[in-house]
Amino acid sequence: MLGDIRSGGLQKPMKMIPASDSSVLVVFGEAITPEMHRRVLNLFHALRSRRDRRIRNLHPGYVSLLVDFDPLALTHERIFALIEETSEAEPGANPGRTKLVDVPVHYGEEHGPDLADVAAHAQLAVEEVVRLHSSATYDVSFLGFTAGFAYLSGMPETLSMPRLATPRRSVVAGSVGIAGGQTGIYPTETPGGWRLIGRTPLRMFDSRRSAPTLVLPGDQVRFTSISRAEFERLWQECA
Amino acid sequence: MAGVRVSIRVLKPGLSTTVQDGGRFGYAHLGISPCGPADRLSMRIANRMVGNDEYAPALEMTLMGATLEFESDATIALAGANCGCVLAEERVGAFTPLPTAAGMVLHCGSTTDGARTYLAVRGGIEVPLIMGSASTDVRGKFGGVEGRRLKAGDVLKISSAGARQPQRVRREALQKMHSEGPIRVTRGAQHDWFCPAEYGRFLTSPYVVSEQSDRAGLRLTGEAINTVERRQLLTDGIPLGAIQVPQDGQPIILFVDQQTTGGYPKITNVIAADMHRVGQLRPRDQVRFAEVSICQAFEALREQERWFEEIWQE
Repeated sequence: MLGDIRSGGLQKPMKMIPASDSSVLVVFGEAITPEMHRRVLNLFHALRSRRDRRIRNLHPGYVSLLVDFDPLALTHERIFALIEETSEAEPGANPGRTKLVDVPVHYGEEHGPDLADVAAHAQLAVEEVVRLHSSATYDVSFLGFTAGFAYLSGMPETLSMPRLATPRRSVVAGSVGIAGGQTGIYPTETPGGWRLIGRTPLRMFDSRRSAPTLVLPGDQVRFTSISRAEFERLWQECA
Repeated sequence: MAGVRVSIRVLKPGLSTTVQDGGRFGYAHLGISPCGPADRLSMRIANRMVGNDEYAPALEMTLMGATLEFESDATIALAGANCGCVLAEERVGAFTPLPTAAGMVLHCGSTTDGARTYLAVRGGIEVPLIMGSASTDVRGKFGGVEGRRLKAGDVLKISSAGARQPQRVRREALQKMHSEGPIRVTRGAQHDWFCPAEYGRFLTSPYVVSEQSDRAGLRLTGEAINTVERRQLLTDGIPLGAIQVPQDGQPIILFVDQQTTGGYPKITNVIAADMHRVGQLRPRDQVRFAEVSICQAFEALREQERWFEEIWQE
């Protein structure tokens, strides 16, 4: 079976690996860089805009895009050709598709039971952790793990902390956590091992909305520190 | 019976009974799994027997079936694992369309030769479509009936959507569905993270399906498989039926309710034509794997589709 195909033109090579009889993994490289992220998202948007029903699902990752197709309608040879053609036709930047989303967070207290531990681990005052976490602009690399869970990159390194040794049985929706060098927001109530530092009143995921998630791959996120009173007010407003 | 809405009352929900249709595709980039039937072929057969579209919303029952009361006349059909079904105190088999009358109770017991039984009702079960699908996503808590497994007291409405002529299946033709052979796999996206000896060990060793298995993943126990690669895999997309090997070396088959991305290397992938067999694996079942080429996998799927069109009576 075809191993890897290299695309022509000015684009740097990409590797297409059959991941199953119904999917192909398009790999752009081995290191997470903004350039890599842009290429993953460009192909994602370009394939999506084809609205080709033979393509069932697209899974962007850090440096790759998994293309899942109907094996009764397409073969690997044909999907390889289709991906090549799509990536050559749309090599440019990602025009006006991304947005900056402000996420208000009430840090600490019962909404962020691990905030003090994160501060101690970073040898910083709690206020400084909040300031650092809410001063960065984060990129939504992709969504995965559970419905609406956004993988955010761009957290200040000093805030890194390993996840809990024993995950909590239940983490409420909206909780903002840290795991290693990543930060994220739990979109639904699930078990989870991330260090919880706060909670947003926004509903990051709601299956009934026409746009079920507040963010899409490629968007940017900024956190704003809010008071408990503000949290309560927004919580009611978002319901 | 014009104007009368058919409904079904759940008396006992069984172990894990959900509404499923063909699945929810096109939302993986939002972290949303396909869901849909664990045994696609059995769902298609059940629906065709009552004259529905092959992927009309139906009930998927797991290991221990449900007890249901029909509040009006309906036509139902069962397919998949046998679960000792009794309708109005009479033993009924799978693969035959069954007329039910108001007040009749269908009792489904424990499955004996597989894990999942499908119950289709003429017209299909009516639930709100979420992102275009009726399938229950129990991890995401949406779809089906309130995003959860059925519970006692639930009332299921049956759609009056135009149905086709019910079809009868040639039962002897179904033998082929229950192959005893190894589950066929193709190479996974990171198969080269495993040295030939470790890769070979995966293909020659029997594995046992652990009790900690569900629609999101079947955990296997047996010979541990070591990865050669020390580098960390950057989280990437997971295809349906991917077999990933976490640090402890015990493989996991990622299935219909799977997470859409993951960080463990994927050694092989179950072929589309054998996916329904994964859906019928029970805890403690033993499985073996055999590698085939992508071309052989495609051919097996086409052959299965030809077979599927030949199982119906004229």
